[in-house]
Amino acid sequence: MGLLSKKDTKLITDPLADNNPITIQVLGICSALAITAQLKASIVMAVSVMAVLGIGNVVISLMRNIIPSKIRIIVQLVVVAALVIIVDQVLKAYSYELSKTLSVFVGLIITNCIIMGRFEAFALANGPWRSFLDGIGNAAGYGLILVIVGFFRELLGSGTLLGFKVLGDPIEKTGLYAIGYENNGFMLLSPMALIVVGIIIWVQRSRNKALIED
Amino acid sequence: MNLKTRLHILKRKYRGSKWAPAFNALHTFLYLPDETTHNGTHIKVADDLKRTMNTVIMAMVPCLIFGMFNAGYQHNLAVGDIQAVAGSFFSSEFWTLDNFLIGFWKIIPLVIVSYGVGLGIEFLFAIIKKHEVEEGYLVTGMLVPLIVPVDIPLWMLAVAVAFGVVIGKEVFGGTGMNILNPALTIRAFLFFAYPTWMSGDKVWVEGAVERTNEIAAGANLDAISGETILGSLAQGKEVAFSTWDMFMGFIPGSVGETSTLLILLGGLFLIFAKIGSWRIMLSSVLGASVMGLIFNQIVDAGVITETSKFYSLMSTPFWEHLIIGGFAFGTVFMATDPVTASQTNKGKWYYGFLIGFISILIRVFNPAYPEGVMLAILLMNVFAPTIDYYVIQGNVKKRLKRLKVKTA
Repeated sequence: MGLLSKKDTKLITDPLADNNPITIQVLGICSALAITAQLKASIVMAVSVMAVLGIGNVVISLMRNIIPSKIRIIVQLVVVAALVIIVDQVLKAYSYELSKTLSVFVGLIITNCIIMGRFEAFALANGPWRSFLDGIGNAAGYGLILVIVGFFRELLGSGTLLGFKVLGDPIEKTGLYAIGYENNGFMLLSPMALIVVGIIIWVQRSRNKALIED
Repeated sequence: MNLKTRLHILKRKYRGSKWAPAFNALHTFLYLPDETTHNGTHIKVADDLKRTMNTVIMAMVPCLIFGMFNAGYQHNLAVGDIQAVAGSFFSSEFWTLDNFLIGFWKIIPLVIVSYGVGLGIEFLFAIIKKHEVEEGYLVTGMLVPLIVPVDIPLWMLAVAVAFGVVIGKEVFGGTGMNILNPALTIRAFLFFAYPTWMSGDKVWVEGAVERTNEIAAGANLDAISGETILGSLAQGKEVAFSTWDMFMGFIPGSVGETSTLLILLGGLFLIFAKIGSWRIMLSSVLGASVMGLIFNQIVDAGVITETSKFYSLMSTPFWEHLIIGGFAFGTVFMATDPVTASQTNKGKWYYGFLIGFISILIRVFNPAYPEGVMLAILLMNVFAPTIDYYVIQGNVKKRLKRLKVKTA
């Protein structure tokens, strides 16, 4: 037996593919559309959500027996809000530019449906270790889609990856731009993020027919 | 052995195989299949989907040929080789072989790319989905080259066509299932993805972009440009063309949408062939006129003065709005698309009216999107099923009421 039992491993791998929060449960779409124009922002967002969801799940799981069920939503909100403020402050302190790019969307992690969903559906009924794994797994599933969308949007929309000009310089006309290539401005607009997510869903479901609902 | 028999033999050979749909499509592209059914009674109609599509293409051919002449004419005019035509539609300055050849070599590649990429994807999806190739792309493929600027790079067109066919049509289930008009989806994609190639004063004249690059590289040439009328109006500039030019189509613009006269003829042909809906065309013109009249009245009442940035577009006479830009082309060939338009007769009136109304609204209030008709039609495509729903529900209610009166 390794560090994780078979059941525990499933907690992490399931949300990556067959129970992905974005492509299967269709939660957390708003932030996936808003901040994925750059790969860097997508990655930071993914890490932030992972921190909030991983720690939050543990906290809620530890308190699950003492929270009166009538006020549990408020308690959950307080926990998320506290964690989000910490993340926000850390970002502001160590990478101010990026926190400006992400603007309100860090704060809006509070309203990300995935987080409240996992608290309600998992942390309230399971122990801290399993809740932690579940939180990390779901945030990773969310982050994976964010990174894929961010990758294509930044590559095709700006011709860069993490800020590096991988396709050449559009003003100096080097690389691909020398032969007449141009950036696709549509990729920088939010509707295209929705279409990219749609294409991911399409590809995923045609590879795994079990996911298709009638 | 003639072509028909050869195709028939090929089709037989591939029957039941993976590639069968591709050969079936080629076989029935121009000929009726020669198999007959052997039992039961069958109704045979001549106007199948392919015949319908071919009729629409025929209605567009005059626009395409005019577009070729016009592309060359705009180029030669901008370069200064020829004089502007004065008045007559059959001007000898316009209908020259030189003009035609410049346009021909520029526009035929657009047609080839449009059909090549589009039909390629249609065939691919037919083979993957194991159904017959659908005819839907025949018209779209002809529409696309007519609604893009003549200087658009071919690879951009190819990307846009691939996007439009896959995302605009195939994901919904192919021909007949799409919500948005595929040709307009392709144009909208180009418009938002590569705005510098879809607007401004260079792309409408053959060679203007190239010339600009040469000048930037140090060539000693005069820059050429030609702005669309909507573009000039949006910037409050004087329009250099007479109303007659605009109606005849001797103006810069997308390839096939400049000549209102030929579009009108195409429209009449479609109405005569009972393929285009006259309700949509008429109500759309009505809607545009009403919106134009409202704007004219606002200007007349002195609410908007010449200092306003909306003044020049708002003060354009309402009938002139009908002949500039892509309004006429959109109304006749795009709004009437039987798949994406409203299906009910009453719904068609609402649908067309709103297209005209919204087109002029977008044109005037959003100078960044001078081609309001594209966005208006796409918007109304989305609302068409809703309009139909309420028309049918209204009918149901009316009949229920009649029933109650009788039984009471």
